Amino acid sequence: MDWKKEWKPLLWIVSIFIACYYLPIGNSRFDNAVMEALHLVKWYAQEHVLLCLIPAFFIAGAIAVFVSQASVLKYLGAKANKILAYGVASVSGSVLAVCSCTILPLFSGIYKMGAGLGPATAFLYSGPAINVLAIILTARILGPELGFARAVGAIVFSVIIGLLMHFFFRKEEMEKAAAQAAMPEPEVMRPLWQNVIYFGAMVGILIFANWGKPGEPTGIWNTIYTNKWLITSLFSAALGIILMLWYKLPKWQVIVAGLPAVVLAFIFSGYPNLAFAAGVLGLSVLISPREDETGEWFRESWGFAKQILPLLLFGVLIAGILLGRPGGEGLIPSEWVSRAVGGNSILSNFAASFAGAFMYFATLTEVPILQGLIGNGMGKGPALSLLLAGPALSLPNMLVIRSVMGTKKTVVFVSLVVIMATLSGLIFGSIF
Amino acid sequence: MEIKVCGPGCRKCHETERVVQEMVEEAGVQATVEKVSDFNEIAQLGVFSTPAVVIDGQIKCVGKVPTRKEVLAWIK
Repeated sequence: MDWKKEWKPLLWIVSIFIACYYLPIGNSRFDNAVMEALHLVKWYAQEHVLLCLIPAFFIAGAIAVFVSQASVLKYLGAKANKILAYGVASVSGSVLAVCSCTILPLFSGIYKMGAGLGPATAFLYSGPAINVLAIILTARILGPELGFARAVGAIVFSVIIGLLMHFFFRKEEMEKAAAQAAMPEPEVMRPLWQNVIYFGAMVGILIFANWGKPGEPTGIWNTIYTNKWLITSLFSAALGIILMLWYKLPKWQVIVAGLPAVVLAFIFSGYPNLAFAAGVLGLSVLISPREDETGEWFRESWGFAKQILPLLLFGVLIAGILLGRPGGEGLIPSEWVSRAVGGNSILSNFAASFAGAFMYFATLTEVPILQGLIGNGMGKGPALSLLLAGPALSLPNMLVIRSVMGTKKTVVFVSLVVIMATLSGLIFGSIF
Repeated sequence: MEIKVCGPGCRKCHETERVVQEMVEEAGVQATVEKVSDFNEIAQLGVFSTPAVVIDGQIKCVGKVPTRKEVLAWIK
């Protein structure tokens, strides 16, 4: 037998067997943790998949197809205006980094062939935090103020980190020959305002379909809440018309695709999810077989769904087992969490950002994990620290960064990230 | 012909490599397809965003998975 090749499966089998052998069924804490995990998964499936994640996948797919990456990248090239480059680098993650695996190549490209160390590190820091899927999921599950703070904190501090990195290593930066990377040519398919309205319609659907019930049954928020499905339908109709007029989908096909959703909405008006699902299905059937850009849109969206949903399912299960639902308790006792990262002290903020910097979070799994931690007594400040330091850095990606820019710069960068994340957590925690 | 597919190894990069491989076979042209996953080498090639396809030193596409038609047009 070839042990060099076979030791891995054997190790897996043995460790899974040992884990099953000692499976602590009957232990009340363990049983409870399993139930918590199942409840949490159920809650996600009921509340977040159809109305939040699926529209978010379509939006992310649309960004990948319809937003010209080239028009953004030209501001990060070697000849770009340096001040502008920082600004663009700090926000461009929202359109460039919809897939987490694009961040590192872009980072090394900007560093080596483009605008240099400062904008490259700014991009590296803010990119994972401000991609649309991350913002939508953070705001939906952890609350709008944390979602907002995450985006703003990432943008502001990325510029500061970029400038500091440039300042620390300014001598080396000057010696570097400015090689020009090949920039893809911007392709202009349609005027910007048409794209803006198209994205507006999709964001409208996402926001109003998820409109939460306000605390008091009066006022403008409640009026919106009671009419949220009407508003969502209007946005959906608008999207249909946009697709007919500007995206060259045959008119009769769009109408046929939308028909089941309309019929279901009238017959089962008490179950808006049915009509919503029919609408999503109609759109998918309509655009998926196409060869043009709308077909591409579907393929990108489906790619995100295929990549992210399994990760998220396991992330939610693991977070549920370890930490339980908000208010519940999993395998890890609540007091440990509140002792380590409760309140808003410097130490708990530092602990959160330090742990976040080294820990690896698969795309978006930081959200359920953080939800569990907050439910077990983590403070809002440390939560933000972890959100800022977590997805930007992990041990594996530090090794890659090191291979691109060397040990010294990596150490400085990691320290800056930990310090900045701690600071933002402190500030945020003292406000909220 | 020397074809380089750049990408760190995400799903899109694998798909790009697969499309290129298939088209090379279909067109029956003499070509070596090489996968470049080292970040420094990718940057050296002048590629900013992945997946990217470089044919004989010329960058053909950056930041997206090319369609089969596009690849076929490049290698013919």
